[in-house]
Amino acid sequence: MTRVATVPEFAPRYRAGDAVRVRRAAPPGHMRTPWYIRGQAGVVERLCGTFGNPEELAYNRSGEPRQPLYRIRFGQAAVWRDYAGPERDTIDVEIYQHWLEPVEPASNPGSPAEKAPR
Amino acid sequence: MIPGEAASNLPPGRSYHDMGGLPAGPVEPAEHNYAPWEKRVDALMVLLSGPRRNLLKVDELRRNIEGLGARAYDSMSYYERWMAAVSAILIERGVIAIDELGRKMSEIEAQYREATPP
Repeated sequence: MTRVATVPEFAPRYRAGDAVRVRRAAPPGHMRTPWYIRGQAGVVERLCGTFGNPEELAYNRSGEPRQPLYRIRFGQAAVWRDYAGPERDTIDVEIYQHWLEPVEPASNPGSPAEKAPR
Repeated sequence: MIPGEAASNLPPGRSYHDMGGLPAGPVEPAEHNYAPWEKRVDALMVLLSGPRRNLLKVDELRRNIEGLGARAYDSMSYYERWMAAVSAILIERGVIAIDELGRKMSEIEAQYREATPP
């Protein structure tokens, strides 16, 4: 069987310091993006590398195109309702690129203005 | 919390295992010994997923565990969930015959009943 030629992996689209938002989505299958972080805005802490897409590997497919994986830093107070710790507390979650979308630099993730009603 | 109770309160699309941020009782960090069968299940998974055999992907294992359903997820132990997932994958992949597995399970159950006084 011949398949349409496709890229084996996606190039990294974000750099450390970029503001991003996690997509709100609920496709069926095996997701590595925890529910509690979907829809939240954060900042790229680092690129961890590029890996086979686990959502595809979960069905014994090739996992290609491989996806860049980032460590994203979120403000705890923005993520959790009634968070009792210091405002400066953060949580790091590793998220694949296809779950991220850019956020305009004007918005400051983790700031009180960013708190969405839950 | 009653096991399984949370399942009915989850928003549509949120998988039962994806429990980050939900009440789940205290975490008990104590070390414990593993039974010989648990070690065997662990070894089986490592051998099946290794590059020499490549009969199972860890992401496939996760997908199957996550798809067990709330009742099974709560009632099965950690390695029981692994074993259920490994069995399902080997059936899907055509490695083992369903009837062969069923007969072997009955045989072992009978051996166990003989060895265990009522």
